[in-house]
Amino acid sequence: MKSDYTEIIAAYKEKPGGIIEAYHALQRAYNYIPEEAVASAAQAFGMSKAEAWGVATFYSYFKVGERGRYIIRICESAPCHIAGADKVVAALEKHLGIKMGETTPDGKFTLEFTECVGQCQATPVITINCKPYEDVTPEGVGEILAKCQ
Amino acid sequence: MAQEMRVLLPADAEDLTSYQGYTNAGGYKALEKARSMDRLDLIEAVKNSNLRGRGGAGFNAGMKWRFSYSVDTDEKYVICNADEGEPGTYKDRILLETVPHRVLEGMAICAYAIGARQGYIYCRGEYPFVVEALNQAIKDAKDSGALGDFEVEVRMGAGAYVCGEESALIESIEGHRGEPRFKPPFPPVTGLWGKPSIVNNVETLAYIPLIVEKGSDWFKSIGAANYPGTKLLTLTGDVVERKIIEVPTDVTIRQVIYDFGGGIRGDKNFKAVQIGGTSGGFIPEELLDTAIDFDSMNAIGAVLGSGAVFVMDETRDIVDVVERIAKFFEHESCGKCIPCREGTKRMHEMMERINHGQGTGDDLSNLERLGLVMCKACLCGLGQAAPAPVLTTLNHFRDEYKAKLN
Repeated sequence: MKSDYTEIIAAYKEKPGGIIEAYHALQRAYNYIPEEAVASAAQAFGMSKAEAWGVATFYSYFKVGERGRYIIRICESAPCHIAGADKVVAALEKHLGIKMGETTPDGKFTLEFTECVGQCQATPVITINCKPYEDVTPEGVGEILAKCQ
Repeated sequence: MAQEMRVLLPADAEDLTSYQGYTNAGGYKALEKARSMDRLDLIEAVKNSNLRGRGGAGFNAGMKWRFSYSVDTDEKYVICNADEGEPGTYKDRILLETVPHRVLEGMAICAYAIGARQGYIYCRGEYPFVVEALNQAIKDAKDSGALGDFEVEVRMGAGAYVCGEESALIESIEGHRGEPRFKPPFPPVTGLWGKPSIVNNVETLAYIPLIVEKGSDWFKSIGAANYPGTKLLTLTGDVVERKIIEVPTDVTIRQVIYDFGGGIRGDKNFKAVQIGGTSGGFIPEELLDTAIDFDSMNAIGAVLGSGAVFVMDETRDIVDVVERIAKFFEHESCGKCIPCREGTKRMHEMMERINHGQGTGDDLSNLERLGLVMCKACLCGLGQAAPAPVLTTLNHFRDEYKAKLN
């Protein structure tokens, strides 16, 4: 059961500069930031709506508006790039029938590019809901996806 | 053959992860010692050790502390920069996973020295599991009384490379977009919420308890005279052993790749190495006997930076890799200053054109001209360093560009 977003935001209201922590908490509950929650955050932290939108859209890990239950991020930084990240991208797109940046129609998976996730000891790397998977091969993609239940 | 050292990282059999494990090995004794010292003497000891910032800027840590110490105000802050975003870098993650209390102890010593009661750890959003572990470590250290009245809070970043820049990091803790500030004033004088704030890298802070415990002379006896100590390096790309190593700062790049990294994978030949992360310069074979210390690297037009060592073998397409890097900077530019916002975009455009066989000789000279403008005119380190991969490869690997021109 998802808690009400105003309650989630209220828990961080007294924290100086706490809007980013509040957005993280929203994403832990919803996997994204509900659009209406941005105005609510602006009010709670005494910012203009424009400022609250500015913060929400500045950071790559925040997404205003719905996305899937499993957020798959593929690192495309140089070490992963030369290790064949593009082939992993192609395999993921083929398996899920969507392009990078899209969400499957059942709302289960979202594919996003990311820059370095700091697991460069075993490239290429993808993360699923922030959990890293190392040394990913195009052939191994199916098995990884099957674990997302 | 050069040897690895274990100074910051625990020895193989050692488990310093928990509060108990760390104190059993003598942890938090340095904090006690520091608190018995005169604050200026303590700062002087750190300054004399010549510990220079390990995040990439190489500024003397004690000197930085002295700036904050000198400001007469009630509120000051110690901030641990754990926003390591340089592609190919994961040393701070390893430190926070293996010796979290060493970092906390370093923060507490800094807090005592400058007169701060509140600390923040700004940890990148890619490491939520590290945030969890840190919160546990802070709780254990608080419950035991080791930290005294020093409070620490972890704040999580959200995927913005520019927040590794200290003033952008401060903006982010304040709940704003992570855009760098105009300097001066510098954070040690006017930082978080306008108060004196020391922003030190994880690796820098981890050294502090060791320097307090063993003394400045011990520290100065390790590695290069002008950049003493060890350095954590993360080896990636076409090197046999992709791993983290800790080495004295007077080893050479060749030793790093061949002695510690085991050479190039698949019996191939070396082509280039990029050190310091994605903003570092590319280094060709003939410069591999350079020592890795800060000043030696600067002297060859490269940087030590974060200590990432990205190795490329003879089959790698330099122009293609640099195009990917140019795209990174276009994406990560915060957009505040025009030379960076426009410059990274145009640089990527030209690199894309060249990589796809549609570039001309004009593109090469324009890249060089734009690069020089960005180095001088961009507001922060991101934009100033962004042209380095382009400029150094145009210098050392120009033939590869020429071969792709229309």
